[in-house]
Amino acid sequence: MKRMPRRPGRRTDVTENTSWPGMQFGIFTVSDITADPTTGHTPSEAEKIRAAVTIAKHAEDVGLDVFAIGEHHNPPFWSSSPTTTLAYIAAQTERLILSTATTLITTNDPVKLAEDYAMLQHLSGGRVDLIMGRGNTGPVYPWFGKDIRQGLPLAIENYALLHKLWREDVVDWEGKFRTPLQGFTSTPRPLDGVAPFVWHGSIRTPEIAEQAAYYGDGFFANNIFWPKEHYQRLIDLYRQRFAHYGHGTPEQAIVGLGGQVFMSANSQDAVRQFRPYFDNAPVYGHGPSLEDFSEMTPLTVGSPQQVIDRYAAMRETFGDYQRQLFLIDHAGLPLKTVLEQLDILGGEVVPVLRKELAEGRGADVPDAPTHAARVRAAYGDGPAREARPRANRGDNLSGPSPYQDTPAAAGAAFGVGAGR
Amino acid sequence: MSARRIAVVSAGLSNPSSTRMLADRLATATIAELAASDVAATVDIVELRDLAHDITNNLLTGFAPPALESAINSVVSADALIAVTPIFSTSYSGLFKSFIDVLDPDALTGMPVLLGANAGTARHSLAIDYAIRPIFAYLHAAPVSTGVFAASSDWGSKADDVAPLSSRVERGARELAAAIIARSPATDADPFDPATYLGGGDSFGHLLGGLAGE
Repeated sequence: MKRMPRRPGRRTDVTENTSWPGMQFGIFTVSDITADPTTGHTPSEAEKIRAAVTIAKHAEDVGLDVFAIGEHHNPPFWSSSPTTTLAYIAAQTERLILSTATTLITTNDPVKLAEDYAMLQHLSGGRVDLIMGRGNTGPVYPWFGKDIRQGLPLAIENYALLHKLWREDVVDWEGKFRTPLQGFTSTPRPLDGVAPFVWHGSIRTPEIAEQAAYYGDGFFANNIFWPKEHYQRLIDLYRQRFAHYGHGTPEQAIVGLGGQVFMSANSQDAVRQFRPYFDNAPVYGHGPSLEDFSEMTPLTVGSPQQVIDRYAAMRETFGDYQRQLFLIDHAGLPLKTVLEQLDILGGEVVPVLRKELAEGRGADVPDAPTHAARVRAAYGDGPAREARPRANRGDNLSGPSPYQDTPAAAGAAFGVGAGR
Repeated sequence: MSARRIAVVSAGLSNPSSTRMLADRLATATIAELAASDVAATVDIVELRDLAHDITNNLLTGFAPPALESAINSVVSADALIAVTPIFSTSYSGLFKSFIDVLDPDALTGMPVLLGANAGTARHSLAIDYAIRPIFAYLHAAPVSTGVFAASSDWGSKADDVAPLSSRVERGARELAAAIIARSPATDADPFDPATYLGGGDSFGHLLGGLAGE
C-alpha cells in the first residue's frame, strides 16, 4: 500500500503496519564493523552503511514492522548520525517504523534531539519512535563534555527537557547540565502535535524503569547478552510503577524486548554456520560456549520452529508485550547471510509468532504504539494540530503563542491517552 | 535473634588446599566465639576453584552464570565475610581478585571481614596488609585489624611457637565475632524497591528535583 500524501486539514494518514496491530516485529542493529571470522574480510564503512540501507529495505519487504539503529561515536561502529540514516531509509520505504537502539540521552543535547527527531517524524510521515539509552562506551561522556558519573542524572534531566520541548511551544528551562533556555521554541513542532513515542531502555537500572513509568512511556529491555530473569525484574517494576502513576493497569504498560537468533532449516546447520561468528563476537566471544550461552540467554540458534517456540514463550516471563526486535546482523555476518536470515524471519517465524501471540492475549493489553493510533487517542475524530507560525516577531517572550493555531488537545499528549 | 550468616571465600587452587584449611579454621573459631556469646551462626563456603570458569565468563559477558550468581548472593547478603587467598607473586591470587571484580563495588560496604592468607614461607606474611587490606578499604568493607597468615611451616614441626597459628586464628575470630555482634543483622535492601532507589522519596519527582515542580 502507498502512503497517502499529506493533505491540508487532514491528519497524516499512516498505513497500519500489520493486519494485527497488537505487536510490532523488527530488527535492531548495533552498527559494528567486524571482520567476518570465516573469511577475514573486514567491510569498509561505505560497504556497511550501504548494507544497512539494504537490510532495512529488505526488512520491510519481508513484512517486518520496525528497523532500529544504534548510536556510537567511535570505531568500529559507523552509526554516529542515526537521523540521517533513518531519513534516507524512510524515503525508500512505505510502512517501516524507524527507531533507535539506543539514542544517547546522556551526551546529546536534548534540544538537538527534539529538533532532529521531530524533523524525521515529519519526513517519515510519523514512522519514527526512539529508545533512550545511556550508552556503553565510557569515553563518549568526556568526548561530549560530560562526566560518566553523572550518567543517570543526565538521563533524567535531559529527557525531562526533551519531553517538554515536544509538548510546549515556548519553553523556559533551567537545569544543571545545559545552558538555560528562555522563550525557546523547538522546531518543527511534532507532526500533528503528537510527540514521537519514546521507549526507555535499560538493562540494570531501576531508576530508568521508574522514569518510563512516570511518563507513561514504553520500556525496552534489550534481552540479549544476559539471562532473561535480569530483565524480568526491571519489567515487573516498570509495570507496577506504570500503574502507580495512574497510566493504567500493569498489563497496560508498553513493553518492548530484544532478542537474538540465527536460523537454518536444519538446526545443526544453524549451529555450524553461526558458531565461528559467536566464538569471535565482540561482546561475548571467547567466553562461554554457544551452547551454554544459548541456554542462559535468549540467544536461539536453530530451526525456525525452535525460534518460534522460544520467543512465543517470552510473554510467560514478561507478560503480553508490544514489540519484539531481533539482532541478526552483528559479529561480522555478511550481508547475504543477513538477508537470508530476514527471509526466514519474515517468511516463517514472524507470521507464526503474530498468530500465536495474538491468541490468548489479555483483552486490556494495548496495541503497539503507532503515530496514527496516538493521533487518534489525542484528537478522536477531530482534526489534528497543524502548526503555522505567526510572522516572526523576533522574540517568543511577549504576546501569545508563536503559532497561529490554538494548541489542540494538549492535555491528551500526556498520560493514558498518549501512551496508546 | 535469627542465626547470623558468615560467608567464607577460599581462593586456593589445589585440592586439598591449605587455603581452605585456614578458611575452615577461621570459620570454626568464629562460630565458637559467637556461640560463647549465645549467638548462633551458619557458614556458607564459596570455593572459587569450582567457579573459576564462571568467573572468567562473567568478566567477559558481564553476567554471572547461575552457580556463580548464587555464590555472589551468599557473599553479599552475609553478616560477615572470611576471605582467604594464597599469596602468589607477592599478592592475592588472580582468581581471588577476579571474584572481587565481579562483585558490585557497593556490595561489601560496612561488612565485617576477616582476612586470611597462606604461602610457602612466613616472609610473605605482610601481604595481607599491603596487598589485600587496601582492596577492602576501597570497597568500604570493615576488615578487622588482625589478618591471619599461615606459612607452610605453621602446619608442622617448624611452626611459630611464640605466636602459634591457633592463637592467631582465635584472635582474628574473636575480633570478627565482636564485629558481628556489634552490628545489627544484615538486611537485604532490594535494589528494585522504589524505597531503595528513590532515596526516601516516593515519586520520580524526587529524582527530577525541582524540574517536576514537586
